[in-house]
Amino acid sequence: MLRKTFETEIKQVKDEVLILGSMVEQAIIGSVDSLKKRDLKASQKILENDKDINKKRFDIEHQLMILIATQQPMAHDLRLLASIMEIISELERMGDYAKGIANINLRMGDQPLLKPLIDIPRMAQKGVDMLHRALTAFINEDLDTARSLPREDDEVDALYNQVYHELMMFVIQDPKSIERANWLLWVAHNLERVADRVTNICERTVFIATGEMVEIQNTDDEFWKQQKNKDV
Amino acid sequence: MQSPLQIQTSLKENILDSENQNIKMQIENLSIFYRDFRAVANVSMTIYAKKIVAIIGPSGCGKSTLLRSFNRMNDLVSGSHIEGQVYLDGEPLYERNVDVVDVRRRIGMVFQRPNPFPKSIYDNVAYGPRLYGVNRKSDLDEIVERSLKQAALWDEVKNKLHQSGLSISGGQQQRLCIARAIAVQPEVILMDEPASALDPISTLKIEELMHEIVKDYTIIIVTHNMQQAARVSNYTAMMMIDEQRAGRMIEFNDTNIIFTNPKDKRTEDYVTGRFG
Repeated sequence: MLRKTFETEIKQVKDEVLILGSMVEQAIIGSVDSLKKRDLKASQKILENDKDINKKRFDIEHQLMILIATQQPMAHDLRLLASIMEIISELERMGDYAKGIANINLRMGDQPLLKPLIDIPRMAQKGVDMLHRALTAFINEDLDTARSLPREDDEVDALYNQVYHELMMFVIQDPKSIERANWLLWVAHNLERVADRVTNICERTVFIATGEMVEIQNTDDEFWKQQKNKDV
Repeated sequence: MQSPLQIQTSLKENILDSENQNIKMQIENLSIFYRDFRAVANVSMTIYAKKIVAIIGPSGCGKSTLLRSFNRMNDLVSGSHIEGQVYLDGEPLYERNVDVVDVRRRIGMVFQRPNPFPKSIYDNVAYGPRLYGVNRKSDLDEIVERSLKQAALWDEVKNKLHQSGLSISGGQQQRLCIARAIAVQPEVILMDEPASALDPISTLKIEELMHEIVKDYTIIIVTHNMQQAARVSNYTAMMMIDEQRAGRMIEFNDTNIIFTNPKDKRTEDYVTGRFG
């Protein structure tokens, strides 16, 4: 087969993306888990691991630059490599969300959680599950999954709204709890953004497979549109 | 709610954007034969004025044959004939009353290997104009200078115009051939692998030159070098051989589309280097 070396190198890069994805998945689950257990050591470890995530992202980027410079990719190959550049950046940002959650746990110090965490771990689980399937769809160029998966962001948004309202109730009942509520709200917000970034990965998969740049709308956009209309 | 929203994108689907473009040449269902053998089959394409069209495809797919038919160079090969028609500014080129010499003045050609005449640099450029009746020295001087300047060669040869055209480097010789083609003020310039015998720097100079002169001329280039086609052309035609060993044009589109999102699987395989 012509271009066997190039094919092998592309496969290697894709494998590296999966490794990066799995590092990010572990970071997200780990960050919420250590918050739930109030395990500061584990959160500290998440912060250290984030450096590895960043390094992995730059390593892949470097590999991509070399492939682009030496292999002059065209058409599907070009779309693939350009999209991987984008996807690794999305993954790295998701890693930052995990790091953000770990930081919150550390900043909380010895203060107890405002409430036991139930929906927040669910959000993390759902987000990671979506990320995992988005990356599988990317590897297999599975258009159906790439197009339908962003819809599941609604579940994460619903959980976020639930957490939000619950925390607001705490604040109303006891305004002194505002800081602790705020911390958890930030955690939930970070997890909500993870799911949003999964949508971006799905859009890239559609682009790789079809060459079409589509923006897959999710209910988030609708929500803000409605809010805006209300304001008017 | 979740329907994908199509957004504006540079990878537009539309084939050749014909708005605001003047048609320079029209190729209509053209087949080219060498005796009974059909070398090129049923090619139709529109070539817009002052644009660069690249013809790509694997060896032996009829690219050069097609190119040579655009100024009736194939007439020189015995047994060759065509079906279909080639139009220049709406006028058919393959008609009995057409002056072939005039066709070749209006549609010039640059070949793969630099082929200056064994004459001085000046005489190489002045050759065509003299043939068409320009004899006054001041007129010839002006044409030679203008053509060499357009071919980005003037500064390098202005002090040795009367040295042999063969005494300069290969890249310079090729630019001299381009100057020679420009000297008779053609409307279209055909280039058959114009840089394949040149080193990378000379190749880039030729490509830069093409970008310069396309302001005044329409250029059609055959190239094996896909990066070159991607770099220089506005439109790209992809040719491939069919089961009868006849060359066919399988895709003709905006160059940006051919190299980022081709519509034909065979084009995709060729431009990504998986076929050829």
